[in-house]
Amino acid sequence: MSAAIDYLLHLADNALVLGQRNAEWCGHGPILEEDIALSNVSLDLIGQARLLYQLVAALKGGDCTEDKLAYFRDTHEFRNYTLLELPHHGPLSGYAQSSLDYGTTIVRNFLYSALMALLWEALEKSANADLAAIAAKSLKEVRYHLRHSRDWLVRLGDGTDESHARAQASLDHLFAYTQEFWAHSPADAAAIAAGIGVDVTTLRADWDAIVDAALNEATLQRPAVSGYVTEGKQGIHSEHLGFLLAEMQSLARAHPNGVW
Amino acid sequence: MSANVEAAWAALEELTDPEIPVISLRELGILRDVRPAADGLEVVITPTYSGCPAMEQIEDDVRATLKRVGIAARVVTQLAPAWTTDWMTEAGKEKLRAYGIAPPHQTPPGSNVVRFISKPAKAETVPCPHCGSGHTVESSHFGSTACKALYKCLDCQEPFDYFKPY
Ligand SMILES: [Zn+2]
Repeated sequence: MSAAIDYLLHLADNALVLGQRNAEWCGHGPILEEDIALSNVSLDLIGQARLLYQLVAALKGGDCTEDKLAYFRDTHEFRNYTLLELPHHGPLSGYAQSSLDYGTTIVRNFLYSALMALLWEALEKSANADLAAIAAKSLKEVRYHLRHSRDWLVRLGDGTDESHARAQASLDHLFAYTQEFWAHSPADAAAIAAGIGVDVTTLRADWDAIVDAALNEATLQRPAVSGYVTEGKQGIHSEHLGFLLAEMQSLARAHPNGVW
Repeated sequence: MSANVEAAWAALEELTDPEIPVISLRELGILRDVRPAADGLEVVITPTYSGCPAMEQIEDDVRATLKRVGIAARVVTQLAPAWTTDWMTEAGKEKLRAYGIAPPHQTPPGSNVVRFISKPAKAETVPCPHCGSGHTVESSHFGSTACKALYKCLDCQEPFDYFKPY
């Protein structure tokens, strides 16, 4: 049961943290249609997170609720990929301010959606029937996220000199973080052994095919990556997650058990 | 079918989607089943999009409606099989069109992800719900709610929502 809880929390935290990040565009989108698109993507992700947290709360029992999991855990208890907590701009320290960069948003959504489209599809066969049901729903949603981010990736990459350069810079910044997709944590290994989780390395060739085809169409260069592999899914995060959680959790913590 | 089950279906027929008030929950495919249970009736609903804010409203509406007609019932949310726009009835689709929303096409067969994204964007025409013209373009994948895309008619120049296949 612990294997299931850890694995479900990883999936839920991914969805919540990226949903919260993308929601930063609400009211600030580069054009009205994209403002609405990103808000809808966030709504889907937060919806997926809710279903997964509800499942975790049911497995844990006691007084655990979806809200406790989302609002009353601290950074080291979050199990999301480090990629998803990074701000919408290039490398800067946690408290630095910079304008939101849509290229960063699009590249990240594309890299993550390409993985999740494959992972949700594979998780439809999970031994955990509830997770399989959530996967079937989430797959329908992530396909639209993938199509949206891929279209914009091509548009930015194969656009003006400025948009091309910025899309390439975002790709160079973010691509190294995708190494974490393929490194099994102990929780992944336990979930795979229990038949609940999926061995993501079996999806890697398909992910490469989706990414390479899109980058080719976008006239972008795939960066070669090596070196440090982030460990966000084991609770070892960048300094950025704390800032994100502080904003997301402050209301619930200021008014515990508040209802509105 | 017990009399209570029939009465419940009849009472629930008047319930519409909170955001699209012309189509009933049954026609949308959200209301899946009404069946007898030990302690009254069980009403089975299936959520649309994971983050759809209308779902809680729908649950409340179902409970309140049955209470009003004096039927004791429990609402059960069922995730599998996942809701699909293919469950929408033909009459429901016609009501959407009359309301100005282009109804969803059949979902594409198979679930291969690579095929889904490499499908040409203009593979299927979405006819304008106002003038019927097939001369339309997509303005945005995402419209006023998660379930809709934004389209524009190049003949009558009207913008319209397209209920996306899901
Ligand atoms: Zn028209």
